[in-house]
Formats: sequence, structure tokens, C-alpha cells
Amino acid sequence: MTEIPEHLRKRAEAAKAKAQAAAGGDTPAGDAPSADSPAGTAPAGDEKIPSHLLDRGTAAADMPATPAGVPAVPVGGSGPDGHNQRLLTVVKSGSIQDIRATPVDKVHVWPHLLVAEFLAALAITLFTLLFSIFVNAPLLELADFNKTPNPSKAPWYFLGLQELLTMFHPMVAGVTIPGIGLFLLIMAPYIDKNPSKRPEDRKFAICLMTIHLTFWAVLVMIGSFFRGPGFNFVFPWNAGLFFEL
Amino acid sequence: MADDKKSGGMSQLSEQVQASQAWSSIFRPGSIFRKGYSDSPRNRSYVIMNSVLYHLHPVKVKRHAVKVSYTLCLGGLSFFLFIHLTVTGIFLMFFYRPTAAQAWNDIQTLQTAVGFGLLVRNMHRWAAHLMVLSVFLHMARVFYHGAYKPPREFNWVIGVMLLQFTLLLSFTGYLLPWDQLALWAVTVGTNMMGFTPVFGEQVRFVLLGGVEIGTDTLLRWYTLHVLMLPFVLVIFLAIHFWRVRKDGGISGPL
Repeated sequence: MTEIPEHLRKRAEAAKAKAQAAAGGDTPAGDAPSADSPAGTAPAGDEKIPSHLLDRGTAAADMPATPAGVPAVPVGGSGPDGHNQRLLTVVKSGSIQDIRATPVDKVHVWPHLLVAEFLAALAITLFTLLFSIFVNAPLLELADFNKTPNPSKAPWYFLGLQELLTMFHPMVAGVTIPGIGLFLLIMAPYIDKNPSKRPEDRKFAICLMTIHLTFWAVLVMIGSFFRGPGFNFVFPWNAGLFFEL
Repeated sequence: MADDKKSGGMSQLSEQVQASQAWSSIFRPGSIFRKGYSDSPRNRSYVIMNSVLYHLHPVKVKRHAVKVSYTLCLGGLSFFLFIHLTVTGIFLMFFYRPTAAQAWNDIQTLQTAVGFGLLVRNMHRWAAHLMVLSVFLHMARVFYHGAYKPPREFNWVIGVMLLQFTLLLSFTGYLLPWDQLALWAVTVGTNMMGFTPVFGEQVRFVLLGGVEIGTDTLLRWYTLHVLMLPFVLVIFLAIHFWRVRKDGGISGPL
């Protein structure tokens, strides 16, 4: 037999005695559960846990830990043969699976979407091709720094801004107003907190956008067709068209 | 008889080709080019799943999403016009040198001496104007449908950026013919940008590559037009398309 060193034997005995003392303290049946028992503090107010499960869980928490062999004290909800079932956790159905009652009506991308896209691409190609056969892109004479055309116009999509130049200081017309407009446009989803998408619920937003778009469209139209030499207001049916695309 | 023999030879050849390693390395297992196509729900899914289209489209979309009356195809058309402009633009690049001495002559030569030169230049120009229009209308459509509302807020922001890149692409292309129209339209435009508070002079200088429009401006805008802006636009497009799918497809009915 191997000799056990004295200090190790002493430590083992001390540990054994401590374990016995601890077990003895817990053994008495019917002892009240400790106040901080984790199962005892189950969230009773949670309406998603079925009440019978909740009852069982609370009952199991009331059961003391009994060493094997000692008959279980009959408490309502404990299983047969003295098995204590303790409810550890209830996984709520909504947290891991989302059951949709209404299936979404879906169609296959091929052919339903791809055919539509292909036809649209074909149509626009045909349109540009035909338009290009009959209408030539402008190519005026060579650029000449000494010959300023009258009027000088920006590309059509900037003519609204050029139109503003006739009314405001260039910094306001060319930078401030378009800058603020662009900023508001980018921020639109964060400014418009109205959750509804129905037109009847968002009259204000629709009005605002329509006024904005109409404002720009009118400015671009005036800049394109109603501005002649010196960027003065003219009627195209009197003075002719001063517009190149 | 001769016909039978001929078609028999053809089908034998196509069988051999389809059994080859080269063929099966090109088309994924399940591709309709490997196993043939007959109309069935399974094969309809395979058309998308086993092709590069899967990067752009899911296998199925909401029935509502394929209604042309809802989308008016505007986003798709904007993208298609961008592809169209890239193809025609590459053709134009073969015949164009971005210097003040050569640019205008190159375009003149392109229109008069190059086969289909005038037609392709016309298509490039008209498609460019159409793209500005379709991107703008796409934005209006999205706004009126309230499609920018959660969870699609950020995709709206990306979309407004795309609108700005479209305008910049069009504007940088405007200078390249180096004719009177180009020069003075750009003069008006860049003068306006020169009024940016505080940095006005610097903004103008950077844009023009000097104190006034010249051959340096032409080179700078050419590079922006054919390389930098399309590059940035494609990155934003990728994010835009990816977000459309991640946010649950296009927005639902009103």
C-alpha cells in the first residue's frame, strides 16, 4: 500500500467532513427553498409561458434537492418515482421561429420578371436606335473662347439653376438652394416619420414633393424654351428656339 | 433520308460536346444547358439558381413586384441605359483623343469617316439624356409610393447619390465634343460652382485643372467621365441592388 503524505490526507479528510456537513444541512425534507433560487424567480408575469408549465416550474423550484434513495416528498407536479423535473427555461416560440400565417404570393423570376425586363430593354434600345437614325446629336463649330454665344445655356437639367441665377445672388442660386434641396431630399426618409404608404395618409408629403417637382420642371421649361438672347424672356413662337440638347 | 442522316450527325455531335469536360466546366450541375429545359417549376428555379443572374434576382419575387404598372420599369431601364451607354461609350473611345487640338476634329471624323460612327454617337447622346430622365422619374416613382420608408431609408440615400452621379456623368460628358455648345454650357456650370462659399476658387480650380477651361480640363473631365464616375457609380449600384433584396424586395402595394 502506498503511503499517502500526511498533509494530503489531512486535506482530504477536511474536505470530506465539509461535504458531509453541507449535505446534512440540505437534507431535511420540507425545508423552505432559498430565496435566491433561480427557478423560484421565474418571470411569472410573462404571458407567453403557458400557465401549466409555469406552475410546474414553480413547483419544481419548491422541491429541495434530495439525495438518491431518499423518497421524494410528494409535492404537486413532481413526476413519478420521485423524479424531480425542474423547468430550466422556456423558449418562447416567437424568439426562434416566426410562423407566418399568411403565405406570400410569389411568382418565378423566370419567366415572369425576366421577360418583362427583356422587353423593356428591347423597347428602349429600339427607341434610341430609331431616334438616333432620324435626329443627329448637335455638334456646333469648334470651341472658341473669343466668341460667346448669346444666350449661353447650361445643360437642360441645370437650366433650373441658371433660371434661379436671374433672381438671386449666384451663391444662393448656385450653391445654397440646390444644396439645401439635395440635403432635404437625402434626409427625406428620416424627416418623414409617417409610417403609412397610402396616398390618403400622406397628403402633406405628396403635396410638398409635387410642388417641388413642378417648381423645378417649370424653371427648366422656362430656362429651356423661354429664354432668348441676353437670357431675356421670349416666346419661342415669336423669337424662335434657343435650345440645344 | 439525307435530312435524317444530317440531324443524326448533329445530335451526335451535340451529345459529344455536352459530354465533354469543357462543357461541364462551363455550365454548373443543374444548369439548363446541361440537362435541357422543359417548363416546370423546378426548371424555372434552375434558370436563375444556376446562372450569374442569381447575383441580381432571387428565384421568386412577390407577384406584385412584376407589375409593370407599379414600377414602370424605371429602375431597370436606368440600369439598362447605363449598360447601353457603356457599350456605345467604349466604341466612341476608340476614335477620340481628349485634347483641345484634336477632340473636335476626332468627332467630326467619327461622324463622317467611321462606319456607324454618327449613329453610335447619336445613340450615346440620346441615351444619356434618357438616363437622366429615367433616373429622375424613378426617384419620383419611389417617392410617390412611399418606398423610401423603413426598412428602405438607406437605399433611398444611395439612390439620391446615384442620381447625382448620373448628373455628373452627363455633365462631364457634355464638355468632350469641344464645340461651342460644350464650352459655354460648361462655362456657365462651373462658374456657378465657383460661388461655393469659402472654397469657391479652389473648387473651380480643381474642377477645371487650372484657372480657366482648357486642354487640362478636357483631360480631367474625360478621365472622370470614362473611368472614375462609372467606377464609383457601379459600386453604388451594387449596394443599391443588394439592398433591394436585403430589404425584402421592392416595396409592397399601397
